[in-house]
Amino acid sequence: MATYKLSVNNQLLTVDADPDTPMLWVLRDHLNLVGTKFGCGIAQCGACTIHFNGFAVRSCQLPVSEVKDSKIVTIEGLSKDGTHPVQKAWSEMDVPQCGYCQSGQIMAASALLKQNPHPTDDDIDLAMNNICRCGTHYRIRKAIHLAAKKGAVTK
Amino acid sequence: MSDQGVSRRHFLKVSAIAGGGVMFGFHLLADANPAQHLADTIFSPNAYVSIDAKGLVTLMSPNPEIGQGVKTSLPMILAEELDVQWDKVHVEMAPLDPGKFGAQVAGGSGAIRGRFMPIRNAGATARQMLISAAAQQWNASESECYTEDAFVIHKPSGKKLSYGELAAKAATLPVPSEVKLKDPKDFKIIGTRVHNIDNHKIITGQPLYGIDTRREGMLYAIVARPPAFGKTLKSFDDTETRKVNGVKNVVQAHNVVAVLATSTWAAKKGRDVLKVEWQDADKLESTTDHDASFAELLSNKTDKPGRNDGDIETALTNKDYKIIEATYEVPALSHANMEPLNFFADVRGDKAELYGPTQVPANLRGAVAKALNIPQENITLGMPRQGGGFGRKLQTDNGVEAALISQAAKVPVQMLWMREDDMQGDFYRPASMFKYQAAIDPKTNEIAAWHFNGAVLAGGSAGKPDGFPAASITNYRADNHNLRTNIQTGPWRAPTSNSVAFADESFLDELAHQMKKDPAALRLELIEKAKNQPAGKKPGYDSEKYKSVIDLVTQISGWGKTKKPNVYQGIAAHFSFNTYAAHVAEVTKLKNGKLRVTKVYSAINCGRVINQSGAETQVEGAIIDGLSHALFSKVTFDKGAVEQKNFNTYKFLRMKDAPIEVIVKFVPSDDAPTGLGEPGLPPIAPAIGNAVFAATGIRYRKLPFEFNKA
Repeated sequence: MATYKLSVNNQLLTVDADPDTPMLWVLRDHLNLVGTKFGCGIAQCGACTIHFNGFAVRSCQLPVSEVKDSKIVTIEGLSKDGTHPVQKAWSEMDVPQCGYCQSGQIMAASALLKQNPHPTDDDIDLAMNNICRCGTHYRIRKAIHLAAKKGAVTK
Repeated sequence: MSDQGVSRRHFLKVSAIAGGGVMFGFHLLADANPAQHLADTIFSPNAYVSIDAKGLVTLMSPNPEIGQGVKTSLPMILAEELDVQWDKVHVEMAPLDPGKFGAQVAGGSGAIRGRFMPIRNAGATARQMLISAAAQQWNASESECYTEDAFVIHKPSGKKLSYGELAAKAATLPVPSEVKLKDPKDFKIIGTRVHNIDNHKIITGQPLYGIDTRREGMLYAIVARPPAFGKTLKSFDDTETRKVNGVKNVVQAHNVVAVLATSTWAAKKGRDVLKVEWQDADKLESTTDHDASFAELLSNKTDKPGRNDGDIETALTNKDYKIIEATYEVPALSHANMEPLNFFADVRGDKAELYGPTQVPANLRGAVAKALNIPQENITLGMPRQGGGFGRKLQTDNGVEAALISQAAKVPVQMLWMREDDMQGDFYRPASMFKYQAAIDPKTNEIAAWHFNGAVLAGGSAGKPDGFPAASITNYRADNHNLRTNIQTGPWRAPTSNSVAFADESFLDELAHQMKKDPAALRLELIEKAKNQPAGKKPGYDSEKYKSVIDLVTQISGWGKTKKPNVYQGIAAHFSFNTYAAHVAEVTKLKNGKLRVTKVYSAINCGRVINQSGAETQVEGAIIDGLSHALFSKVTFDKGAVEQKNFNTYKFLRMKDAPIEVIVKFVPSDDAPTGLGEPGLPPIAPAIGNAVFAATGIRYRKLPFEFNKA
């Protein structure tokens, strides 16, 4: 067990955890930030996607000991009250069905738009490889284009 | 219970359970305290509707929400008849209370079908009582009063009172036994485009799901279960487990061993070093054995065909006829809900509090009562939003297991299945095999005989004997074989249909090509025959409605007319859950030589559409879900063990394989709504296979498709 000071959603938080604990479980069990979801534990599904210094990473494969002073942003910290353009586009396109994978999808999409403000369908094909069992892919694609059109990008 | 309906106290009780004991973290929900306003309820003529003095209308959504959208669409029906604005109502998930809410089930595409009329009545009853209250207050006739957007208005004078102002008086009135429903032409909410009621909570990551449950004193439980069907627990040694930081306890519950810890990670680490000995208690089955047994079964007919019109024997041995044979195979599948199985249980003596994902809360409570040997009335069960369902949670094992662990450990537990546990402990969509023989009469260029011979793992039906094309072919027979197994099987989105539609609709396409007929035209020809000169007893489908979706999908897809380069179309249709679905899939030959399903057109006849957006998402989702499984997914068994343990081997479609566009259109209808969670799935696999044949001339008769493997 060790003590870690983490920057999560622009707050400095202290966590006692074993060094090998994945950030997924630190967020969910230690910090009670349960918007980041568990899906597979082997970086396949993307339900646990968070921003790590602005990049989309799968938190189930990120041990807490490796975070150090990197900036972590989760779905809870993406915006105040769901006002990020990607969140708004998700709402406008009525993307969610069961909704379980959507925080990971939104984190992946918002990271994509930060790198590439106007992605083509091919760009979206490459960047969005999260699993959705409900089959919301078509609406996710439309929502990303909508967010891009409305200017999702704030550098 | 009095005529006055649900009491205040009841609603307080309801809210406490509905809160589910979810301990919200520092991202506290603004509206996480439904008890607050429900405590002020002053008018509640039935379990579904309550109105407080400020006029806030709270609607109870009775059925489990698994992503099928009923938490939105059922209250829409209530709001319609109550005559309130959709964006002003507050929607709550009801707790389990079948005495008040009837059957609370998510399955069989049945929520809207079963509840359309009862819920309209519930809404109309409340509205009628509010009208009565206003009429009495004004000393006016009820016929002079009407409602609009949560007001009762007196037509002659223009006076109006809000539902909030009328609630107290309405609560003193008897509940009318009969009420007048709205004329559907006056619908303002039903049939419109309403967004998922939980969208804001979902996109901001709020704790909505069972897996998010957090409680004081709660421990996380991860469980060691038998590694193969046919094996049982022999013994275990938890010495190393108990040394893991955070592990608090190890308990046995029937055939499994649970590790309880202060975090999921600690519980998992503890489970991973648990030394368990399993023993063979039954035969250990393999998929290769199943396939061999299927083939053997299909070399014979059964004694009792599901349907037997005319005489297939004579037709199939007629030397003038052309005989076509084909065998189709579909694999077992896992449900693989994105939210792995979990349940919260707090068992204290002969009482239990449960909260978690289930499609059958009443069954689950009954099963827990039996397992714990306590009365059902002592068990409360709350229903969170669920990360998928697809049939897995028609089983009750997750709730029972959590309850047994809590009972054994004497602490509240949040029991979670790791993905490997979820995938290896499923009740799988059973594998099946289908053998077809058909005779074509070259003189008439018509199908003279059709023999369906199907075999399926476990006890269900491999096919749908009275489904299309039954009644359209003079000599028609359907046989069903079952293969006994100790592998757990169960319903999976659109049971039977999800397998047999692929086989039926692909084979029909084969016959169309044999006869050099347009596949859509052949279907219309057969539908005409079933309508005008039906063979045998009435089929299980309505010819006119079947035709309506073929007509619509060919129209919107430009069937047979498309000039897009490298694009090939395939058509398929299927009837299930009283709904007719027809898809045209477009497959594009890419520059790299691979094929991609780029666009799907869908026509649906499901009676009246309640929520345009929700209905479209159900069909779009069913199409992509069906496409995903058709392209990638299978479960195989080796000596009782599941060979695919996680998403690295049990594959799903990613964005790069998803269609760029999915166009869904509904046949306009005033009929009562029919099922929609499942019917969009069955016809997609054959539509793709048929499009791939159009593109390549190769017929793929086995799922998952391997057309991109070469």
